[in-house]
Amino acid sequence: MKGIDKVFPGVRALQNVDFRLCEGEIHALMGENGAGKSTLIKVLTGVYVKDGGQIFLKDHEGEVHIKSPQDAQNLGISTVYQEITLCPNLSVAENMFIGRTKGATLNWSQMNKATSEILQSLDIPATATMQLSNCSIAVQQMIAIARAVDMECKVLILDEPTSSLDDNEVAKLFKLMRDLKAKGVGIIFVTHFLDQVYEVCDKITVLRDGQLVGEYEIENLPRLELVSKMLGKEMDDLSEIKENSGESTAVKDEVPVVEVEGLHSNTGIKPFDFYINKGEVNGFTGLLGSGRSECVRAIFGADRVVGGTVKVNGKEVKIKAPIDAMKNGIGYLPEDRKVDGIIGDLSVRENILLAAQVLKGFFKPYKRSEQYKLAQEYIRMLSIKTASEDTPIRSLSGGNQQKVILARWLLTHPEYLILDEPTRGIDIGTKVDIQKLVLKLASEGMSVTFISSETDEMLRTCSRLIVMRDLNKVGELSGDDLNQTKIMSTIAGGDK
Amino acid sequence: MERVKQRFVISNIFRNQLFIPIAALLIIFIFNLIADPTFFKITLGYNNAGNPLLNGYLITILDYGSELAILAIGMTLVTAASGGQDISVGAAIAIAGSVILRVLCGSNSRSEELQAPIIVAFLIACVVAALFGAFNGVLVAVFKIQPMVATLILYTAGRSIAAWINNNELPIVNDVRFTYFGGLIPGIPIPVPFFIAAICVAIIFLILKFTTLGLYTQAVGINERAAKLNGLNPVVIKILTFVILGLCVAVCGLIKTSRLSTINYSVIAKDIEMDAILAVALGGNALGGGKFNMWASILGAYVIQALTTTLYKFNVKSNALPAYKAVVVIILVVASAPIVREKAQEIVKKIKSGKMEKEVA
Repeated sequence: MKGIDKVFPGVRALQNVDFRLCEGEIHALMGENGAGKSTLIKVLTGVYVKDGGQIFLKDHEGEVHIKSPQDAQNLGISTVYQEITLCPNLSVAENMFIGRTKGATLNWSQMNKATSEILQSLDIPATATMQLSNCSIAVQQMIAIARAVDMECKVLILDEPTSSLDDNEVAKLFKLMRDLKAKGVGIIFVTHFLDQVYEVCDKITVLRDGQLVGEYEIENLPRLELVSKMLGKEMDDLSEIKENSGESTAVKDEVPVVEVEGLHSNTGIKPFDFYINKGEVNGFTGLLGSGRSECVRAIFGADRVVGGTVKVNGKEVKIKAPIDAMKNGIGYLPEDRKVDGIIGDLSVRENILLAAQVLKGFFKPYKRSEQYKLAQEYIRMLSIKTASEDTPIRSLSGGNQQKVILARWLLTHPEYLILDEPTRGIDIGTKVDIQKLVLKLASEGMSVTFISSETDEMLRTCSRLIVMRDLNKVGELSGDDLNQTKIMSTIAGGDK
Repeated sequence: MERVKQRFVISNIFRNQLFIPIAALLIIFIFNLIADPTFFKITLGYNNAGNPLLNGYLITILDYGSELAILAIGMTLVTAASGGQDISVGAAIAIAGSVILRVLCGSNSRSEELQAPIIVAFLIACVVAALFGAFNGVLVAVFKIQPMVATLILYTAGRSIAAWINNNELPIVNDVRFTYFGGLIPGIPIPVPFFIAAICVAIIFLILKFTTLGLYTQAVGINERAAKLNGLNPVVIKILTFVILGLCVAVCGLIKTSRLSTINYSVIAKDIEMDAILAVALGGNALGGGKFNMWASILGAYVIQALTTTLYKFNVKSNALPAYKAVVVIILVVASAPIVREKAQEIVKKIKSGKMEKEVA
């Protein structure tokens, strides 16, 4: 593989970007949302046709032309996307071989056997005949990779494969990546997690605003420098936040804004107690699937609550559906932005106004002028990048979509705001913005529950952490106990 | 500056949802203008009762298109919220019509006098049609059955239910006032269904303006889970849209039975559901639910009727009609598909920019 060069005229395209991937290396492709990572990958995999530039490939004389995903596959370029693109209602083996069978007939036993071998060789905990939807997300992800590997790819592109995996699963994935690297596969790794880049990658290419910033050996590029390269300016926002967080320690022995006793929902979480004071920021932590989201969903009434009591400002309330929680001044930014958050085809304006409108009532729609005024106000306040208030939200980048959802809940002026993974899958700049905003809201008297897979984000913002393990609340940490090691040991359990 | 504005307007016309129904209507009109301009002739005549009435194909379109327009209102909402269509409206119209006749005639199918005021009969029909709408709505929203499959039940059973309501008799209403709704009010030469449709359109626009029905149905249709987390109750909203369609059905039942002063269970409003769905599609509304444009649907209804009337005018046999219609509909629907529209926009843009360059050079 000898160097890719593409020229795109136009605003949002790539401008004269070079990219070089060697055999047997793991190469991180970094950049903020909208930097052009996805575009570059889509050009390489034939989803977009390039408007200029050339692609060269080892063992191929001269330029290669990739005009469709099929071309890319034939050239040995495979991609595993962030969203799993397999068929959940087919078996693992069927998913492995879909679209790759020769002729119209299938040899089931052979297919199952081949699949079992691949799964075994890659140490993937699944069987060939299992229905895919019965596997965990992580396993599905691995199967997608296994499928790519089995197609004898030379270039494997992993587009944010780890965003829905927990640490254990990530470790397994990394082992798989290293094995493939040893076999000479070149891997392009796209992720937002800096830790993971430094753990597994050899080289980093940074893009910004559709342009190449540079290609670096991993040891020559310290973390802070990488971040500043991605953002395009020298800044030390992350440490800035830390200093602020001291303020949010709340006064004790007042009536909590929200207090929960023995709450549990039909999702299988064990009854848990919880409270949050005015102006406090706390968080739920734990591994993936430990019940973090399920707890807050139960408080918000998003799942069917089967027992327990909820008190708001000392008064017991019945929360049967999200609308009850909203009426009691609770807001909830859901974990999965695409599935639970945005209303894709509706405009930014309508998305911002939705929750407030529902609260206002069926017979009291906002006037059009008022809608634009409010939308503009929040677009400015959160510096949401959108062409206009009437742009459909789905055409915004992930970070900006998240800001719109955030605006939606801020507009309802909640007393208590639950943010479930507000920083997942968005660029660093926005992550910092959101964390700052959380602290600012808290200093203005709002209570916030902040959930994030990245522990350091939680440490930076929260003054108290509720630790979950296997759908159980196993601990509560605050003050001096709030550090990585203590959290880890509580999550892991035992008396070590 | 002017030119930039002009280009903006042109590309906007293509993007506008009303473009396709208006263009289709123009094409039908132009075709008629060339083939036989008598299509546009309107004459003032008198009916059997000696009342003035306007005659002409355009009046026919206005008359019968109004039934479709009323149905299109409800169908648009159902489509937006549930992402599917109600195929039982024809059968439901038979039920509503049968209820009206039953109330008006009582147990005697040949009674000389009305057994109840027309308004009472109509209101009872509204309640019954709304209940059947709610039945469909519950199947779709609570039991999560595909709308077309759910409404297939009433589609199959509806006409039998309608016949059963009147013990399979064909009651005849002898009161002249009953004929007004599908005919003419003495002194006004324009068919009454048009006014009824105008009232329905006005009502739905007031509802869309003064309630959040539009926002809620679209939110539920686009992303039900997100809508739920915003405090909406998708089940209630979906059922509500089916109930609204039920009310539209009751209005149509009144017009249809009024036209004949009686009912024919197996023929009344036959295949009207398809025309209503086509009106929604022709309006450029996604049949998979989500965003909608009510004006476009209503206009679409009149376009469909214009097409039907044109075909009748050229002596296409009524049993061959659907085939001809299908051909035209294919063209219209393909032309209104987003993919085609985007292409058209691109081409227009290219032509425009080509011109610009020439001018600059």
